[in-house]
Amino acid sequence: MRIGVVTFPGSLDDRDAARAVRLAGGEAVALWHGDADLKKVDAVILPGGFSYGDYLRCGAISRFAPVMAEVVAAANGGLPVLGICNGFQILCESHLLPGALTRNEHMHFICRDQKLRIEDNTSAWTNSYDAGQEIVVPLKNGEGCFVADTAVLDELEGESRVIARYLDVNPNGSLRDIAGIRNKRGNVVGLMPHPEHAVEELTGPTIDGLGFFTSVLNSMVNS
Amino acid sequence: MARVVVDVMLKPEILDPQGRAVQGALGRLGFTGVTDVRQGKQFVIEVEGEITDERREQLHVIAGELLCNPVIEDFILIVEEDQ
Repeated sequence: MRIGVVTFPGSLDDRDAARAVRLAGGEAVALWHGDADLKKVDAVILPGGFSYGDYLRCGAISRFAPVMAEVVAAANGGLPVLGICNGFQILCESHLLPGALTRNEHMHFICRDQKLRIEDNTSAWTNSYDAGQEIVVPLKNGEGCFVADTAVLDELEGESRVIARYLDVNPNGSLRDIAGIRNKRGNVVGLMPHPEHAVEELTGPTIDGLGFFTSVLNSMVNS
Repeated sequence: MARVVVDVMLKPEILDPQGRAVQGALGRLGFTGVTDVRQGKQFVIEVEGEITDERREQLHVIAGELLCNPVIEDFILIVEEDQ
């Protein structure tokens, strides 16, 4: 199982994402933003960071990177794609997911261990969890406030496409406490918190994040 | 040569924490009567030759697909010819 991790100029969490893939039992494949080549991977992760310095808008320039044309086409064909933090912003800018991520309501950059509830466990990236399971993973963002119009929010809720919600504290003002969403098919998932930082007891608050990476390996075995 | 100015603003219904912070600062500085502040972006673009219909259409694509995110922002495009 080959899982590609894209490095953009300004990506920070590509190494951690690759490490999480290996700990889950997959083979991590480095992908480069400037190459229109997915190297025949079975899934793609767009990692966190500040691609292109967040210039213009977070993810706005990355969307036009040569690798993204391939990612968008493959995602529309069913390839599992997970966008974490900046990766989530890139997925929204690419219109693979609806809505947008805007500046935190209170203006502060937040870095904390965040409790989440997994709301939907039918996606390629959440099937290792139980529906309703509560997990704790790190969260770190300055522009993580998920917004969309009411019709889009109602559609997301109605189709069980909110995959994770903030519990106890809404850290950034996201509408309806949304931490992550998926597309209709369930292969594309965007998540603001960082499961790749919660995969080892030595470095993470928990190992709750590992499930995202084992999920995609499960979904490939079962498909 | 022509100069094109594109103003990008958050849609009215989208919360603007930066504008709100500026408004709060104005209050603390003693400027009374400021009832709202919205912060946006301005792009000043220079292009070769005259602004043809084709060029104008291209500029709208640039503004609508790159400079602004239509999910959360609106834009206004103003062409200043023959500077």
